[in-house]
Amino acid sequence: MTVHVTGEVLDSRRVGAYRHLTIVAPGVPERFRPGTVLAVTPADSAHLARRPYWIHRVRTVGGYGAAVQLVVDPTGAGGSWLAGLPVGARLPVTGPLGRPFALPKEPVSCVLVGEEWAAAPLFPLAERLRERGCSVTLVVAARDEAHLLSALEARRSARAVSVVTEDGSVGIRGRAADVLADTLVRAGAEVVYAAGRVDTLHAAAAAAEQHGAWSQTAVAVPQPCSTGLCRGCPLPVVGEDGVARDVRACTEGPVVRGDRVRWGELS
Amino acid sequence: MIGSGPAPVELAGMSLAGPVLVAAGCGGTGPELAPYLPDEGLAVLGGFVTRSITLNPRAGDHRPLVVETPSGLLHAAGLPSPGLEPFLATELPWLARSGTRVVVSITGSTLGEHAELARRLGRAPGLSAIEVPVSGEPFHAASLVSAVARDLPRGVPVLAKIRPDLLRVVETARAVLDAGAGAVVVGDALPAALPDGRPAGLSGPAIRPVALRCVTEVRAALPDAPVVGGGGIMTADDARSFLAAGAVAVQVGTALLHDPTTAAHLAAELASTRPAPQEDTAP
Ligand SMILES: Cc1cc2nc3c(=O)[nH]c(=O)nc-3n(C[C@H](O)[C@H](O)[C@H](O)COP(=O)(O)O)c2cc1C
Repeated sequence: MTVHVTGEVLDSRRVGAYRHLTIVAPGVPERFRPGTVLAVTPADSAHLARRPYWIHRVRTVGGYGAAVQLVVDPTGAGGSWLAGLPVGARLPVTGPLGRPFALPKEPVSCVLVGEEWAAAPLFPLAERLRERGCSVTLVVAARDEAHLLSALEARRSARAVSVVTEDGSVGIRGRAADVLADTLVRAGAEVVYAAGRVDTLHAAAAAAEQHGAWSQTAVAVPQPCSTGLCRGCPLPVVGEDGVARDVRACTEGPVVRGDRVRWGELS
Repeated sequence: MIGSGPAPVELAGMSLAGPVLVAAGCGGTGPELAPYLPDEGLAVLGGFVTRSITLNPRAGDHRPLVVETPSGLLHAAGLPSPGLEPFLATELPWLARSGTRVVVSITGSTLGEHAELARRLGRAPGLSAIEVPVSGEPFHAASLVSAVARDLPRGVPVLAKIRPDLLRVVETARAVLDAGAGAVVVGDALPAALPDGRPAGLSGPAIRPVALRCVTEVRAALPDAPVVGGGGIMTADDARSFLAAGAVAVQVGTALLHDPTTAAHLAAELASTRPAPQEDTAP
């Protein structure tokens, strides 16, 4: 179930190139599962599209109960608006929305690959997996250190963490895709979870398939309404029945099985 | 009398639970909207217009289909459609059980396709009316409406949806009513283009003043015409201005994409605050 409520900004802080925004949104944290999003809207009639944000964390805030934390890239009309909201600002929010990451029933080895802000949902996922006894290997990647989500806290839930940057400012120089094959072998991965650019998701799905692992990909296409009403977020997939069709990224996704997506048609 | 509780609305021989309808293509398939309505669900609405159904499945492309523009949304022309069979098998039965008036919007490229859609939908359980978007060209619009009306059972009206284009709206409204439309819907998206040039429809508050003018002109020229107004309605006051201009009901589309609770708010506000009666001015 999803709620549409008035949220309140409780905290907003700069972390590298991003802003981490904590929003009190009654009803959302209780229903949160990793991979679901919070849709936000400027409360005016000049900006009409919803902006979906991965829920990064659910935290308990003294006196307020639970709140959700989002990682906001402050570029673009929606991002700069959201990043610029002062503490105490109120905004309509809807969530949690979408299909979350499916969790394995057995305590298996999982590799989580996240790129830039899109890595946000992998951190709570790592915690849930560890609670189930899964062994978690995390790969976080970004163009540079400023766009990397901090792997520090992830070290608590992950057995191994790799850091990859395109400019080599920290960790291995390269893209996430470069280290996938090795990582899967070393971890003996049975499930791959990926969140990032389309080409990275495609690479993760392909690497998983080659390795004989399942993959779950979090596809971040624009979702103009985020609630399944407008059909503006077509995601080309192959259904369980083997038939190619388009599903809505907001309702049938945003997390989908990597081997079901017709990646070539997305990029 | 300032009543409370929904005031039933008469439209093209149908009695609606209230004046607020969900506009075509903006309510999902129905169940997606239900979480944002009161417990009665879609039954609090005057009606639900489906997205435009084509006879055969129509695939869309994977470029952005719905894009924000200042005070509006652009949606690509020819959004994907499941085709009639899956719609009849899965979507219509859910809507029929929802307790609202189900208006099925249809579209096609020929008169024959429209006629076949009307024939096959007309007797489907749960259907209250057919809505058909017509072109601004009055003769063509009239032919389309008669092709659809001819194949419908008695008691299933055709609502002709006309673009809010001031140059033709009155003439087109007259033509479709003469051709048998039970009502006209004034307030389709305006023809526009996406930034990459693909044809699109512009909706939302950006078109509201234009749509309101068109409703006003249609009612001035055809005072008895049953008109459903729409285009950019976001608030109860917006809806009231369309009702004051002579519309018997309103359609809400884009506002739902911005805030899915809009339909519930409008239905509640319009039910509890009917227009105040004219005050007697003291001598
Ligand atoms: C995403 C989207 C999809 C739409 N799909 C249809 C459709 O399938 N058939 C149709 O007649 N109108 C369609 N419309 C037009 C709306 O039904 C409505 O008439 C128009 O948007 C103006 O009202 P609004 O400003 O309240 O949205 C669509 C509009 C949007 C924004």
